[in-house]
Amino acid sequence: MEAQAAKYLGAGLAAIGMIGSGIGVGNIWSSLIATVGRNPAAKSNVELYGWIGFAVTEAIALFALVVALMVLFG
Amino acid sequence: MSNPIEQFKIKPLVPLHIGSVDVSFTNSALFMAVAFVLITAFLTLSVRGRALVPGRWQSLAEVMYEFVAGMIRDNVGKEGRKYFPFIFSLFMFVLFGNLLGMIPYTFTFTSHIIVTFALASVVFIGVTVIGFARHGTHYLRMFFPHGAPLATALILVPIELISYLSRPLSLGVRLFANMTVGHIILKVVAGFIAAFIASMGVLGILPSILPAAFLGGITVLEFGIALLQAYVFTILSCIYLHDAIHMH
Repeated sequence: MEAQAAKYLGAGLAAIGMIGSGIGVGNIWSSLIATVGRNPAAKSNVELYGWIGFAVTEAIALFALVVALMVLFG
Repeated sequence: MSNPIEQFKIKPLVPLHIGSVDVSFTNSALFMAVAFVLITAFLTLSVRGRALVPGRWQSLAEVMYEFVAGMIRDNVGKEGRKYFPFIFSLFMFVLFGNLLGMIPYTFTFTSHIIVTFALASVVFIGVTVIGFARHGTHYLRMFFPHGAPLATALILVPIELISYLSRPLSLGVRLFANMTVGHIILKVVAGFIAAFIASMGVLGILPSILPAAFLGGITVLEFGIALLQAYVFTILSCIYLHDAIHMH
């Protein structure tokens, strides 16, 4: 296999790591919506944690992307 | 289509060498200086009137102050008051860095891992020093949760140690990756539109309204991310500070 082809395959494989982050972010929003649906008064309390959780979980996808970029251009 | 990574290139503006060390004044340094001047000008000029009933600019500065002060009050507690100047500077610097980068043709200094990692390292080292100064060697209890059986120490201590040591890495990489990826996405989508119009000629202008609207949406999202990441960076620093002061 040529080195360039292996690079592209590796970058694609590294992007698989984003699956977990996608599930995680979906989980956060689904539980946030369920919480607010059950108890609308709690919205202001939980919204902040939702955003923090989103940012922290989304970072995992970005780590995978950084690895992919390192494979491609590093 | 031009390279989407090209926008992050550091160009020396004033070449400067001390021995073999390159200390040139680069575009990255220029925008850090711009951010610093803007923050100082914004905060000093807006509160110069010292009005009891604040005007537009003064209330903006007061909102920023209150926001960070509330964050420290809620997450660190009373002891956190004396670290307010540092946390506030950190927040403003990251926020202005992120927002300056959203202006077209500017340079985003927070999209370089060395900048974010240096900021995160300052937080990490500072917090560790505070922890050891306040608790002495008792601070090492951080690495062994209360109430856990002693036999589990062999597994728990390395895990806690690794999670503690990875804090500056995740703090720095999170900000860097968010800013870098956002700018790459903007550049790639804009590049697609430009390439489409270039290949279709005048005919291509009308169909490209839809992707342009999409691009506008992403730009709004990126502004949100710029604010959110400055917030997350600061609040995580506050949480680490809380850990160092109160130890769980």
